[in-house]
Amino acid sequence: MSQRTIELEILRYDPEQDAAPHFQNYVVPYHEDWVVLDAINYVKDELDRTLTYRWSCHMAVCGSCGMVLNGEPALACHAFVRDFPGRIRVEPLQNFPIERDLVVVMDGFIDKLSSVKPYIVPKEEKDLDDGEYLQTPAELGRFKQFTDCINCLLCYSACPQYALDDSFVGPAALALAHRYNLDSRDIGRSARADIVASNPGVWECSFVGACSDVCPKSVDPAAAIQQAKIASTGDYFMSFLMPWKRR
Amino acid sequence: METIDTDVAIVGAGGAGLRAAIAVAEASPSLKIALISKVYPMRSHTVAAEGGAAGVIKGNDSFEDHFHDTVSGGDWLCDQDAVDLFVHEAPRELTRIEHWGCPWSREPDGHIAVRPFGGMKVERTWYAADKTGFHLLHTLFQTSLKYPTIERFDEYYSTDLVVSDGRCHGVTAIEMRTGQVRFFRSKAVIIATGGAGRVFPFTTNGAIKTGDGMAMAYRAGVPLKDMEFVQYHPTGLPGTGILITEGSRGEGGVLINKDGYRYLQDYDLGPPDPWPRKKAMELGPRDRLSQAFWHEQKKGRTISTDYGDVVHLDLRHLGEAKIVERLPMVRELSQSYIGVDPVYEPIPVRPVVHYTMGGIDTDIDAATAVDGLFGAGECACVSINGANRLGSNSLTELLVFGARAGRRAADFAIDGGVGPADSEVQSAAKAMEDRVLELFRRSGGAESVAGLRRDMNEAMEAGAGIYRSEDSLQACTSNMMEIRERYENVVLTDKSNVFNTDLVEALELGSMIDVAIAMASSALQRRESRGSHQRLDYPDRDDAKFLSHSLARYSGTGLPGIDYCDVTITRSQPAERVYGGAQE
Amino acid sequence: MSRRPYVRELSKTGWWLQQPRYIRYMMREISALFIGIYVLVLIVGLFQLSRGEAAYEAFLESATGPAGLAFAVIAMVFAIYHSYTWFQVTPQAMPLTFRGKRIPGAFIIAAHWLGFLLVSAALWLLVGS
Repeated sequence: MSQRTIELEILRYDPEQDAAPHFQNYVVPYHEDWVVLDAINYVKDELDRTLTYRWSCHMAVCGSCGMVLNGEPALACHAFVRDFPGRIRVEPLQNFPIERDLVVVMDGFIDKLSSVKPYIVPKEEKDLDDGEYLQTPAELGRFKQFTDCINCLLCYSACPQYALDDSFVGPAALALAHRYNLDSRDIGRSARADIVASNPGVWECSFVGACSDVCPKSVDPAAAIQQAKIASTGDYFMSFLMPWKRR
Repeated sequence: METIDTDVAIVGAGGAGLRAAIAVAEASPSLKIALISKVYPMRSHTVAAEGGAAGVIKGNDSFEDHFHDTVSGGDWLCDQDAVDLFVHEAPRELTRIEHWGCPWSREPDGHIAVRPFGGMKVERTWYAADKTGFHLLHTLFQTSLKYPTIERFDEYYSTDLVVSDGRCHGVTAIEMRTGQVRFFRSKAVIIATGGAGRVFPFTTNGAIKTGDGMAMAYRAGVPLKDMEFVQYHPTGLPGTGILITEGSRGEGGVLINKDGYRYLQDYDLGPPDPWPRKKAMELGPRDRLSQAFWHEQKKGRTISTDYGDVVHLDLRHLGEAKIVERLPMVRELSQSYIGVDPVYEPIPVRPVVHYTMGGIDTDIDAATAVDGLFGAGECACVSINGANRLGSNSLTELLVFGARAGRRAADFAIDGGVGPADSEVQSAAKAMEDRVLELFRRSGGAESVAGLRRDMNEAMEAGAGIYRSEDSLQACTSNMMEIRERYENVVLTDKSNVFNTDLVEALELGSMIDVAIAMASSALQRRESRGSHQRLDYPDRDDAKFLSHSLARYSGTGLPGIDYCDVTITRSQPAERVYGGAQE
Repeated sequence: MSRRPYVRELSKTGWWLQQPRYIRYMMREISALFIGIYVLVLIVGLFQLSRGEAAYEAFLESATGPAGLAFAVIAMVFAIYHSYTWFQVTPQAMPLTFRGKRIPGAFIIAAHWLGFLLVSAALWLLVGS
C-alpha cells in the first residue's frame, strides 16, 4: 500500500530569474498531525532547496510564518494539513510586496509600529527603589488582550482598506497603540493622537472586521480600533470644552 | 564590501541583545549602536519562553535563599560571585522592565505576583500569564524604539568576527535581502545570539537556535565553557518538542507514569504529599526530572505513543478557571498540537532539549578573552547556571547580563584606544567575506544541508543524550568529526542573491557542527556526573577532579583542546543536592 | 541590486467577491443605500401629505403597488441585516465590565435585540392601528 500524499501549489518568485510570480506544484507525504509548515519544510529539505520562507518557533508565538493558505491568511505552523481537502495553495501574505517566494517586504509595517510610540509614556515618574507601579488585575484586564499581538501581519493581509491604500496604519499597529493608551501606567494618548487619530489612522477603518476574524491570538484589533475611535472623538470634543485637560 | 562604522555592534536582538542596546543608549547618547539580527527582533526565541523570571521581592524571601537555590541547582558549578551579583540585580531589572510596561500578572492589591518554580525554596518567579518571554521580548523591543541611537539591521546574518591583535574590530554579516556581505566596523561587539538546541533532533528551540554567535566567538579564539551541560526540559510535547512550561507544575500539575503513579517519589524527590511543596516532586530541578524519565523508560513504565515514549502531565485537578487564568497558552498548545484539553485529559510529555548552560566564556561583566568582545544571555556562560539551570533564572539573566554587557561595552567604546591600521582590519574582514563567497560559489559537492543536519542530530541524540558513556561519547565525537569533513562538500542548490536561505542554513549548519564537537569533546573529558551531564560509567560527582569549568578551544579541523579553570566558590561549599522530604 | 520586490495587482472593483466575509461586509454597507432610499421615499410621502389628501392618496397607491412593496420588502431585509450586524459588533466597540469581570458579548447583543423588539412593539402599538 503506497503512502498517502498531498499536493502543495506554492507561489514562487525569484527576482533574479522571474518576470512575475508563478505557481509550482509539489507532492509530499501525508501525516495526520503535520501542519502546513511541516509539509513546506519537507519540500525544502527533500525536493527543492530553493524554496524560501520565514519560520522559527513552530508554536504560533514568533509570528514568522504568516502566509495565505487556500485564500485564507494563516500561520503555517498552526494550520493542520488534515483540515485541507485536496490541494493546498500556498501564497505569501497579501498586500505586501513579494521579496522572494513566500517572503514579503515588511518594512512599511515596522515603520508604522514605531510611529505609534509603542512604549510607556509614564503618568508619574517612579524610582526603581520605589518598586513597581501598582496595577490591579482589573486594570491589567483592560488592556491585556491587546498585548497578545505576535506581529504576524495576518490582519494586514486580510484588511481590504489596507489592500486599497497601504498608507493605512493598520490593525496591529493601532491595536498596539490602544494597548498603551489603556495601560493605567501610561499617559501618552495625546502624544500618539497625531498618528492614531488621523485619517490614515483609525479613521481609515470601516470596521470590516476581517482582521479580528483571522487573528490567531484573539487580539481583536477591530475592537481596539473602534474603541480608539470613540476615545479620540471624546478627546476631540473635550479639547474644545476643556482645553486645559491633557490625556 | 561596504563598511558600516559604528561604536557598539550587537549581534542578536532577543532579550539580552535588546537589553544591551538600551543599556548602551542610556549609558551614552553619543554612541552609535548597530543592532544586527538574522530575524526581526520579535521573532527571537526569547518569545517562546513561558513560565517566568525569578527575582526576590516578597517578604518571605531573601537573596541568600535565591543564591543557595541557584548554586545547589547548578550542582556547585556556578561562579558564586556572579550568582551573588545576579540575585541582587534581579529585582531591579525586573522592576525596571515593569516600569517599561511589561504586563506582569498581579496580586489583588496591585503588587507583582510570584509563582513557585522548580528547585526554588521560596516562590519568586514573576510571571506574565504563561507567556513571560513573549511579553518581555515585546516590551524590550517596543521600548528600544524610543532610542534614536539604536539603528537596527534586521535580517542580517552575521558570519564572522573580525579580530586582529587580540582585539575585536567588528563583525561581517550578510544582508539577507541582497546577499551582500557587509563589514560592521565597531569599537565593541556584544554577542547575544542564544543557545544551540537545534544541534539535537528533539528540542523546544525554534529554527534559529543554531549557536552562530558561540561558533563565531569560538573560531575567533574565545573558549566555549561548560559545553557538556545541555538541559533537557522535562515536559515537551512528543513529536514537535513544543514547550509545556514548568509553570504548569508550579501551579500544581503532577507527572504520572503508565500506572497513574507519581514516579518522581522513587528518585529522592518525594514524599508526594503534602502537595504542592517547594523543591519537591514535580518542583524538583529539571535535570533530576528528565533523568527520572530516562529511568522510568528503562523500567518500561512510560506510555508508548507514535512519537516515542511519554509520561503524563496531569492538570485536571487544577480546574478550568485556574487553567484559563494562569495557563491559557498551555491549554491552547495542547489542544492545537496534540488534540488534548488539559482540563479533561492529562498531557503526554517527554524530556526535550531546551537550554545550553555552556557557551562563550565571559566574566561577570560579560567580557571575553578578546578585547572589545562581550557576550550575554544563553550564548554566554558566566557562569550563573553551572551544571543545571533553574527554571525562570534565564529570563532574568538576559536582563541582568544584557544590561551589564551593554554598560561594559559602552565604557569600552568610549575609552576606545588606538586601533590597528585600517588596511589590516579591512583585509581581515575581506578574508571573512571570502569564506562566505567560497561556500556560495562551490560546485560539484555531494552533501545536502538537510541530510547532514539530520545525521548530526542523530549522532548527538545517540551519543550525548540525557545519559552518556565513554563509548557513546567516543562514537559521537568521531561521527561528528566525519560530519565536519563531509561539510566541506556541501554545495548550494539556491544560487540567488536575494534572501538565500539555502546559504544561511548551510552556514548555520557549520556553526552547529563546531558547537556539537565542542559539546561532545567536553562531555567525553568530564568523567563524572554532575547536574545535567550524567555518565553511566561515572555515576558520581567528583569534586576532587572536576569541580572546574571545562574550556573548549578551537583548533581548526582537529578536535578542540579541553582544559579547565576554577569555579569561584565564596561561601557555599559543595554539598549533596537535597530535594523533597529530605530537605526538612 | 538584484532585489525586485513584486507588487501584486488588486482588483479595485472585484476584490470583495473573493471571500464570503467581504461579500457580507459589502451587503452591510450597501444596506445603507437601500435604507437611505427608503428614507427618501418617506420624505416624499411627507411632502405629498403636505400637498393635500389627493396627492397623499396617489403617493400611497404607488408606494403600495407591486414595485413599491417589492422595494419596501428588500429595504426591510437590508434594514434588519444592518441592525443584526450592528448589534453583533457592539461588544467590540463598547466592552463592558461588571464588578471586574467582562460582560459576555452575547449578553450585550441580546440586550440590543430586546430593546429593538420593545421599541418596535411600542411603535406598532402607537401607529399601527
